[in-house]
Amino acid sequence: MTNTTGSEWLDRQARWVFLMPTVLIILTFSIFPLLVSAYLSLSRFKFVRGGFELRYIGFRNYEKLLFGSEQYHFLGKFAAMGVWHGLLLGGLLLAFGYWLWRYLRGGGAGVVGLLGRLIFMALALGLVALASVTLAPGGALGSLMVTLFYVIVGCSAQFLAGLGLALLCAQPVVGRTFFRVVFFLPLMVTPVGIAYTFRMLADMTKGPFAPVWAAFGLGDFAWASDAWSARLVVVIGDSWQWIPFIFIVMLAAIENQPRDQVEAAELDGAGPWRVFRDVTWPAIAPVAATVMLIRVIEAFKIIDLPNVLTNGGPGIATESMTLHAFIAWRTLNLGGSAAVSYMLLFVAIILCVSFFNLVVLRYREHGR
Amino acid sequence: MTGAVPPRSWASRLFEPRRLGRQAPATRVLVYAGLLFWTFVVLFPFYWLLVTSLKLPIHVADGPNYLPFVDFTPSPHAWHYIFVEIGRDTFRPYLNSVIIAGASTALAVVVGSMAAYALARIDYRPKLGTIGLFVVALAAVVVAVIAFGVPWQLAAVAGIAVFVFLARALAGRFRRSVGNGDILFWIISQRILPPVVAAIPIYVMFQQLGLLDTHLALILTYMTVNLPIVVWLMYDFFASIPTDLEESAQIDGASRYRIFFDVVLPLAKPGLAATSLLVLVLAWNEYLLALFLSTVDAQTMPLLVSAQNATRGPQWWYMSVLIVIMILPVTAVAVALQKFIARGLLIGAVKG
Repeated sequence: MTNTTGSEWLDRQARWVFLMPTVLIILTFSIFPLLVSAYLSLSRFKFVRGGFELRYIGFRNYEKLLFGSEQYHFLGKFAAMGVWHGLLLGGLLLAFGYWLWRYLRGGGAGVVGLLGRLIFMALALGLVALASVTLAPGGALGSLMVTLFYVIVGCSAQFLAGLGLALLCAQPVVGRTFFRVVFFLPLMVTPVGIAYTFRMLADMTKGPFAPVWAAFGLGDFAWASDAWSARLVVVIGDSWQWIPFIFIVMLAAIENQPRDQVEAAELDGAGPWRVFRDVTWPAIAPVAATVMLIRVIEAFKIIDLPNVLTNGGPGIATESMTLHAFIAWRTLNLGGSAAVSYMLLFVAIILCVSFFNLVVLRYREHGR
Repeated sequence: MTGAVPPRSWASRLFEPRRLGRQAPATRVLVYAGLLFWTFVVLFPFYWLLVTSLKLPIHVADGPNYLPFVDFTPSPHAWHYIFVEIGRDTFRPYLNSVIIAGASTALAVVVGSMAAYALARIDYRPKLGTIGLFVVALAAVVVAVIAFGVPWQLAAVAGIAVFVFLARALAGRFRRSVGNGDILFWIISQRILPPVVAAIPIYVMFQQLGLLDTHLALILTYMTVNLPIVVWLMYDFFASIPTDLEESAQIDGASRYRIFFDVVLPLAKPGLAATSLLVLVLAWNEYLLALFLSTVDAQTMPLLVSAQNATRGPQWWYMSVLIVIMILPVTAVAVALQKFIARGLLIGAVKG
């Protein structure tokens, strides 16, 4: 302790020494690029003699994505609106109206909550409308809907499978440690590696399951040239990797719940389904909501699998938004690329924050 | 688990399930069928990788060959090619991946844990006005550099000067402040940011600094994208540790740094292990940012794997070797840390 005043000064600064590195790093490598990207999305990039030129063009890049020449790529090809679409949207509108009315009547409604709900509803309505016109015969999905397909279908399937496996593994079985370690493995594999492995496995004539396909008369079916089967293979590859993540956390949550509650319920004569619904699920629901939030956040960023498995094809059928932005960047359409990224950012933030506020927080409050 | 039960050995836990024989036989068959089915689903791709790495091109082209020595004669040609013939071109990306993933993980865990600890223990009340002012100054710097061609060094210095001056001058006027929860949410929300949004500006930034295709660029970038996870998971871990030990250390005159490194971090080992593993795996397997930021010198393993798809069509046998040697080290770490993973991740997920 020779330099008392010096070390005392350093100790007093601890509050900043601890926090500031993180804040500065995020500002430099996250917020600053975000602002630059915002500017890029509002400009056109062009090579000129001796360098490049950025020209401010307002919202032209976004306009192109939503209404112009890139619409088929981003939003998809629209089929004609039918009666069904009108009924569906009308029903959804009514449901939203009722939900909002209940929120306002329930007390505790605030300006931020109302605004958030309105934004969420507008986005959800828009996306459902988009889904109904692009999924109808004659329509085709754009990168926005493809990304949402990966997120919604992929994450739901992964959650169900992960939870199911966790419930199986929580049973009194021989070799639990073995299953636990094995089931965790796919998380360790690089997505690029998974994509190539699944390309090998999904080969209809040379892959390991070729005899199976042949037996079903599917030997000459090319999954990569059909939009839905290609998307399905991407989702299967993604699920193989991420089911372990949900499995390991849900298993820990199930094992963490007090045993005596389950045993008491069983003594009362409750069947396994009743035990799960009334005892286990309420105990693990907060964890389930959080782990799904983490998964959904990561799922929006999917690129490796579609890029390697199908190269976005056939056509643009498996192109996620990140891949869309990456391809635009590679063709030096920097403004367009930034605009796609920003659209992804908007959708991801609105949906993730809504999920957090409407689902995760609610389950946590119930849990307490 | 009550404290009175003596700890059972690992082997007995493995073979002596709880509530043995309580289930109906049919249920047990179904449970084992499900577990074995999924074991197959998980292990078969690994098996196929391993087998393919021992195949000659002809064996792959011939259609499905399942068993070495039965269906085909295994050949180490792919292993020989990867390790000997292009050995240096394999070794360099491998070393790059080790350096980049290791360094970025270590940095992210240290820096992120410090921030998480600070947020869990110290009250912060930054003024909302100051933050708004900062964002405006930052946006002004961006516009000045891009739109008006001001040199970035000059713009940065001017921006900081203006910000400091205005922040001092207006400090008394700002009333509303934000709390620790808001800072935490801000940091975590960075994880929602798709990396592709920041990729192009980061690319340009490192190009300006002459750091493109270097280890440092990738280490810094990976550290940034993984910091939010570290802060998220470690915050809850620190919040769940009782403060008595720290308080007694403080009374003994230990500095905050001593307390953090000597008292708190050892207590947080399970959380640190789980968090490090998760971040390590994410950095080790990252593809998109590496694609943007590295070409030759700093090329990482995922890029090398996808490069096997280049001119002559996919070289499945080489690819399989590369994927296998990429999986091995992380798997070893994962199995070693198995015990901590579930607990570490659970705490983050319960309290979020």
